[in-house]
Amino acid sequence: MAVTPTDLSAALVMTPVAPADWLVVLPPAWCLLTGALLLMLRKSLHLQAWLAVPALAVLVLIDAALLAHVATNGPATMVMGRWLPPFGIAFTADLTGVLFALAGAVVALAGAVHALTDIDGRGRRYGFYPFLLLLMAGVSGAFLTGDIFNLYVWFEVLLISSFGLITLGSEPRQIDGAIKYAFLNLIATTLFLVTTGYLYGIFGTLNMADIAVKAAAARAELPLMTLATLYLLAFGMKAAAFPVNFWLPASYHTPRVVVSALFAGLLTKVGIYALLRTLIMLFPLEREELSFVIALAGAATMILGALGAIGQSDIRRLLGYAVISGIGVMLAGLSLGSPGGIGGAIFYALHSMIVMTALYMAAGLAGRLAGSFDLNLLGGLYTRSALFSALSLVLFFAVSGLPPFSGFWPKVMVAKAAMDIGAWWLVVVVLLTGFLTTIAFGRVFALAYWRPAADALPDETIPPSALVPLAALTALTVVFGLFPDPLLSLVQHAAQGLADPQAYIGSVFPGRT
Amino acid sequence: MELPLVLLIGVFFAAAVYLMLSKFLVRVLLGVVLLGNGVNLLLFANGRVLREVPPIIPAGHDVPVTLTANPLPQALILTAIVISFSFFAFLLVLVYRAYQDLGTDNGNEMRVAEPENDPLPPTGY
Repeated sequence: MAVTPTDLSAALVMTPVAPADWLVVLPPAWCLLTGALLLMLRKSLHLQAWLAVPALAVLVLIDAALLAHVATNGPATMVMGRWLPPFGIAFTADLTGVLFALAGAVVALAGAVHALTDIDGRGRRYGFYPFLLLLMAGVSGAFLTGDIFNLYVWFEVLLISSFGLITLGSEPRQIDGAIKYAFLNLIATTLFLVTTGYLYGIFGTLNMADIAVKAAAARAELPLMTLATLYLLAFGMKAAAFPVNFWLPASYHTPRVVVSALFAGLLTKVGIYALLRTLIMLFPLEREELSFVIALAGAATMILGALGAIGQSDIRRLLGYAVISGIGVMLAGLSLGSPGGIGGAIFYALHSMIVMTALYMAAGLAGRLAGSFDLNLLGGLYTRSALFSALSLVLFFAVSGLPPFSGFWPKVMVAKAAMDIGAWWLVVVVLLTGFLTTIAFGRVFALAYWRPAADALPDETIPPSALVPLAALTALTVVFGLFPDPLLSLVQHAAQGLADPQAYIGSVFPGRT
Repeated sequence: MELPLVLLIGVFFAAAVYLMLSKFLVRVLLGVVLLGNGVNLLLFANGRVLREVPPIIPAGHDVPVTLTANPLPQALILTAIVISFSFFAFLLVLVYRAYQDLGTDNGNEMRVAEPENDPLPPTGY
């Protein structure tokens, strides 16, 4: 019996996927694959690091290739199972997503190398490297997916991996921190799911490009303000914005320092990315209505973070507050909504991923060299290692936003964008935060590095595998501080692509625009 | 059909929030479970509730001939159930470990990570 072939071109993509488009799904797929492999080899402790570090290096290369592809050809889309969007799950890589994914991969690679000496055999037996790769699968997937329910799934992937990492070692203080971290983050993602349920009820679609089109067409009669506000709360909680930031200083100082470094570089930034994606691309007019609320939350986050940093004696907790303070700058950029503001927020997020990771690494090394994390006891680090002190000083300047390091330019962009709309108070808050952060970190340098050690220091040296990633990340902040032009132009294009998503929509629905 | 479902979701959410406001972790955990189930119902209601008409296309047709139930919310809920169940399992173990290691299930008394009398940083050399 001859079967007549049905014409499926209304439902399926009939042309084979172009080889370059495979790059779009490769980052999460690669991480899942290698993560599963490492999980199977979890008994071979000596193999773990030898497989994980090259795997992450390959991930950096994949993301770099994807960035080159997207920067020249515009956003790229691949759909799962060949189902045409909006029915199939689409992965869409645009400049914003790829920049975040690349920075995340760099941070993860640095963390994996740093962990060679920071995570001992016990930590490896509990599965540090498999968790790291699965975390990267979640992070890369979240940055590259074009489907909002799929974004929720990637959030959960990275959340469950982060639970594994934060409890690695199971010391009482880790359990304590993990409880607060786990409950509050789970509630935040559940809130995200609530909002996504409403969004599906309103639009009948989960594809982000499709939502952007439908929201623009029928904005007046839909309750989009509800969605925007709920997303702001859910992702604000993930990003640790005031007043839903309290899980972060309660937990980030408890795990192994390299785990804190990875969390500081990756997790809150996923929240910021999701805020950019939803509030700028999907609901721009609603964001404009909310802009004063976001600006106020951002200002409070900045000031609270900086003041919290000044009030801490444990340098790891001080860094937790510095992470929060940086989130405030990004929220301020987001609240402005102009290309300069969004670009500043993206640039600051990339800068913060690199610098906060490096700072946690530096704190870990300082603790190892001096035998304590307490500012009352730390001292004499300058005499122990001048190179390490110099690297730390560069990072302290970078996080405070002083030129010529990478924190300076995004702050200029945000301040300039705020001045353009006459929001002088926001400029004052950004500058004041920089000043307060300088005080907090200046004091760390004065006390921990310059002050002579009270007691004899433990006989520790910094192994090269711990120093190299720190030096590499520090070099990145210097390079992007001295030569910001390439990154600036990329970031400005990324911001334009978010604010005017025609290219994004055209990539998902060829021929519709 | 939607109205009773919506009221039920409201009850789930109210009970979940009430339980999560407790300082005892076991209650918070139950609150999280209730919240997860409330969200599943919410997803279900947002897909529009219809009588049990399976979305099957009869032979010889290209599209369904009658209104059928929406199959997508079931896919979403199935995903959400798996996720919330596995998180519940993890949190249950975590809370139990916390009870063993910290000797309390009262969130206010868990001050190992954030000691109450944390020393202030030095004000000078």
